[in-house]
Amino acid sequence: MNGGIELSFSLNGEPQNVMAPPAERLTKLLRERLGKTGTKVGCDAGDCGACTVLVDGDPVCACMMASAQVNGRTVTTIEGLAANGSLSKLQQSMLHHGAAQCGICTPGMIVSAAALLEKTSTPNEDEIMDALGGVLCRCTGYRKIIRAVMDAPEFAEAPQRSNSGAAVGARLNRVDGDAKVKGTELFAADAGFANSLLIRAIRSPYHRAGFRFGDLKSYVSAHPGVECVLTAEDIPGRNLFGVIPPFADQPVFAEQETRFRGEAVAAVVGDTEAIEALDLSNFPVEWEELPHTLLPSDALEETAPQLHENRPGNQMTSGLVRCGDQEAGFRQSAATVKGRFSTGYIEHAYIEPEAGAARRVGNRVEIKVCTQAPYMNRDDIAAILGIAPEQVRIMPTAVGGGFGSKLDLSTHPFLAIAAWKLDRAVRMVYTRPESMASTTKRHPSEITAKIAATQDGKLCAMEFEGIFNTGAYASWGPTVANRVPVHASGPYHIPNYSARSLGVHSNGPVSGAFRGFGVPQSAIAQESLFDELADALAVDRLEFRINNALENGIPTVTGQVFDQGCGAKKCLETLRGRWQSARTNAATFNANSKNTGRRRGVGLSGLWYGCGNTSLPNPSTIRVGLRDNGTLVLFSGAVDIGQGANTVIAQICADAVGLPVEAMVFVNDDTDLTPDAGKTSASRQTFISGKAAFLAGENLREKLLRFANVSNEARLALDGTSLTASEGDATHRIDLASLAIDNEGFVALGEGTFDPPTSPLDENGQGNPYAAFGYGAQMVELEVDEALGTVKLLKLTAVHDVGRAINPTLIEGQIEGGSAQGIGLALMEEFIPGRSENLHDYLIPTIGDVPPIESIILEEPDAFGPYGAKGLGEHVLVATAPAILNAIRDATGATIRNLPATPDKVRSAIVAVQTQQVSDEAG
Amino acid sequence: MGNFSRPTCLDDALRNMENGSWRILAGGTDFYPAQGDRPITENLLDLTAIPELRGISQLDDGWRFGGLTTWSDVIKASLPLAFDGLKAAAREVGSIQIQNSGTIAGNICNASPAADGMPPLLSLSAEVELVSPSGTRRMPLDDFVTGVRSTSCRPDELVRAVHIPAVSTGSRSAFLKLGARRYLVISIAMAAVLIDSNDQGKITRARIAVGSCSPVAQRLIGLEQRLLGESAASGLSELVTGGDISVLNPINDVRASASYRLSAAEELVRRALEEAVRPGVEAS
Repeated sequence: MNGGIELSFSLNGEPQNVMAPPAERLTKLLRERLGKTGTKVGCDAGDCGACTVLVDGDPVCACMMASAQVNGRTVTTIEGLAANGSLSKLQQSMLHHGAAQCGICTPGMIVSAAALLEKTSTPNEDEIMDALGGVLCRCTGYRKIIRAVMDAPEFAEAPQRSNSGAAVGARLNRVDGDAKVKGTELFAADAGFANSLLIRAIRSPYHRAGFRFGDLKSYVSAHPGVECVLTAEDIPGRNLFGVIPPFADQPVFAEQETRFRGEAVAAVVGDTEAIEALDLSNFPVEWEELPHTLLPSDALEETAPQLHENRPGNQMTSGLVRCGDQEAGFRQSAATVKGRFSTGYIEHAYIEPEAGAARRVGNRVEIKVCTQAPYMNRDDIAAILGIAPEQVRIMPTAVGGGFGSKLDLSTHPFLAIAAWKLDRAVRMVYTRPESMASTTKRHPSEITAKIAATQDGKLCAMEFEGIFNTGAYASWGPTVANRVPVHASGPYHIPNYSARSLGVHSNGPVSGAFRGFGVPQSAIAQESLFDELADALAVDRLEFRINNALENGIPTVTGQVFDQGCGAKKCLETLRGRWQSARTNAATFNANSKNTGRRRGVGLSGLWYGCGNTSLPNPSTIRVGLRDNGTLVLFSGAVDIGQGANTVIAQICADAVGLPVEAMVFVNDDTDLTPDAGKTSASRQTFISGKAAFLAGENLREKLLRFANVSNEARLALDGTSLTASEGDATHRIDLASLAIDNEGFVALGEGTFDPPTSPLDENGQGNPYAAFGYGAQMVELEVDEALGTVKLLKLTAVHDVGRAINPTLIEGQIEGGSAQGIGLALMEEFIPGRSENLHDYLIPTIGDVPPIESIILEEPDAFGPYGAKGLGEHVLVATAPAILNAIRDATGATIRNLPATPDKVRSAIVAVQTQQVSDEAG
Repeated sequence: MGNFSRPTCLDDALRNMENGSWRILAGGTDFYPAQGDRPITENLLDLTAIPELRGISQLDDGWRFGGLTTWSDVIKASLPLAFDGLKAAAREVGSIQIQNSGTIAGNICNASPAADGMPPLLSLSAEVELVSPSGTRRMPLDDFVTGVRSTSCRPDELVRAVHIPAVSTGSRSAFLKLGARRYLVISIAMAAVLIDSNDQGKITRARIAVGSCSPVAQRLIGLEQRLLGESAASGLSELVTGGDISVLNPINDVRASASYRLSAAEELVRRALEEAVRPGVEAS
């Protein structure tokens, strides 16, 4: 563009005059020239709606509007909706309902909803869906958003408060929620250091390629403003990282050869304008495409290209769990079913593409980045820079969704190397295609399973083999390989069992952690076959599951016996009445000739999921202190990626201390300021960090009680700078200012560390891999359009044993959001490398694709968990896809074993059933 | 570094086009996604400030949709029942955000096989009015879009308007879109129909078009002719045969297989026909 032109428009009611390039996207004008970072960029292609703003009152995607087009018009962003800083009714309602989880889509949602409410004061569900259908959310499952918009016009509820000792179980608003609904939360692309240089990566366009750089020096000098090009040669330490140190195998910059499409070979660093003006397709690098494999079946061939020298045959690692005598078990069977199942790459599709900023401070480097694992990132970056971990400070920003992928390094090493080398502040923001091509995915799976039961409906044997495509690098592949054999039985007693898993390298994208570590894939096979097995035995599908469900005292397939806390059977039993009436309703519908061509069905699935690392230590430490001014400071490094850890940990800790959450201020997620609370994965933050928070709170409480010399029965309260302790009729008042303070300014400090008790698995996979499992059962009611093969979900009923619901609103949020990801897995999601690197070819559920969800919270307390609580985050997703597939089969007889169940696959499975019926009749 | 021009009248735009080559910018909903993170180097001619290019008006011989008319404009306009299919398609365009920005001219000029506007516009026998510094010309929409991402629009031309010949008050229309999710979805298949019938309820004109099943949305002319004289009443869809659909040429892609597309297209055509002849359809 020929420089800027002057634009005059009204922004949030204020006149605005600004010079800007006329064709620049409006998002850039708002965010970077005018500092309105509440407008988010999720895709730059109109596929996600995170950038929705109102132009003359109408919602548009700011990423697709030329800045010149707002000249003379009225623009409203999220910043214009909280009048005088106080939340609008809509914002209050969103906060109250837990309709904002990570908060990255929240501005787009709220702006879109505000436009609707301007036109329609009492919108119905369909109108809300039409109005919000253009904004994707990956966290909430949308149901709470719908509720929040419906309630917004009349919203007048005061936020719930946590009276001392009553925070656990209360539906408190998220402690970090105000900023999310106001759009003031700073995500990785919003946070940065002044005068930063910009970094962009050069990535392989081929699944496997050799490459040779041209004259990089001339390239730099030919582009004024470009400071340098970084390659493997610029790495001060080791060009290697990986989340599981013994398997670390991934370079920051490929050397000689790239192993997957999207792998970086170089990065350009320079002034923002100079970098943005580059057409990276002109970067001086010559590629030589090399033979590649994308499927394990090809990668396991003898002649296949080998990805890693130390992993012959492209076999990364394997897992095994074996108990009983399989052959004997199958001999007892009255019915045996078997099948082959497959799933593809699944993209996390958080709405926030990876981003970050870094600067060098003396001999240290500070990195602001969206991450789920600050301490692990710190150690990996230190090794890459060749410095001590203490020289690296990771300062996590708000995380706009993670779901497992933001455990791994993304922008971090580029930022660290550039800041270190240039001693300049730098920033980097992935584009959507870059994020989708270069970051981890759910492992594609190929599963074969055989399951048998006796005449009395008892499971007697199961054999399971799963091959998981771990892509070019190991990432969390070993975890998947370990977890799957432990979980492949489902929450059922199977006395004779063998489950093997194999992780195989290919030139596909790196498969890593994604909500469930392979367990959702294995549950699809197991739960689908359970329906077939129940049918073969002519027993009710729910009763079959109940008859085999785990309960206290019954061993799992690893020989672990819980004497408390197992709610598996109760979850299934809770569905009994609903299952029967849903079946009756579906049968009535199907019997009505008016409904010809449409078939309703009901499907079930049980689930279990171990909380925390598998047989490995994974401690968390939390601290909480009381200052002499009466503020309670909670130090938590348990990263909140939208699930609500900040709030849950505060609620637990507050009750353990005996003081209200409202008295707390928070120091979160900073490797310089907060102790290590591990990573946000494995559904461990409530269970493990929550327990650490409980212990920290207890520790502080003991000290506070000692000040007043009262027993643990005493009630504590804060009154300005005084602490009161009441016991019986006596009230002691302690003037905090009169107490000695430590060098951090605390009159008392509590610390708690918890590492759940587990034991290693032996060569047969026997042992106690987890201190606790969470359990659940889901039921899906749906309708299939037989001629088109389309599936309309009618209702999802989800029962989850969470031990103790610390915050029921957040629990429901996890259930609804996890289920929505299960819906995507079942019906529409499949990432195809090189083909679906955007959010219009890669489909995730929209607001119109998630049915009403009934969440039923079951509380079978766990002895280790804080107040009995267990993990939940990943559990939810495990059951949804199998329940959907089972409901499709219930409706039509069609079995889908190769996911996703897109309309064409459902249609051809229906045709196959009909053809079979015709030939059966003919025969 | 290209130039950027945002004229406020058509004459200025045309004068501009006499100098150098210009890429047209309208709603931006195709331009920006295609641009990705590459710097913009072309000359851009932004037409969105030209009032005469936007809006819907009734002329003596039909209806004129200014090229810059947005899909939201179409939804909001008061139009005869013959346009119900077009309105239904407008509501299925991406999302409200895209309907508010995306334009009718942009939709046809982008020439995607999955353009939501194409089947209903073909069923309405739309004509495209092109204007250039050297004059104007009109051509049927069928001739305008020539292939995937390819049109008859010359570099010095822009789409001034889309014209729909007069429709009878008895015209009924319908549009159905099939995708793998509810919103923001590129269709697997689409069908649009327009049915005119006489006082005896016999079909006097049928226009049926299918999208996403061939490089350019395509009319089913054989079926259209066979429906003439038939009763515009429930059961009409029984006249559709597999042969009617075989003129289509769908591809296998990530969204669906070719054979599925054919069967889905056939089903959509049947359903759209039934919807169009369903009694008691009220003006929207």
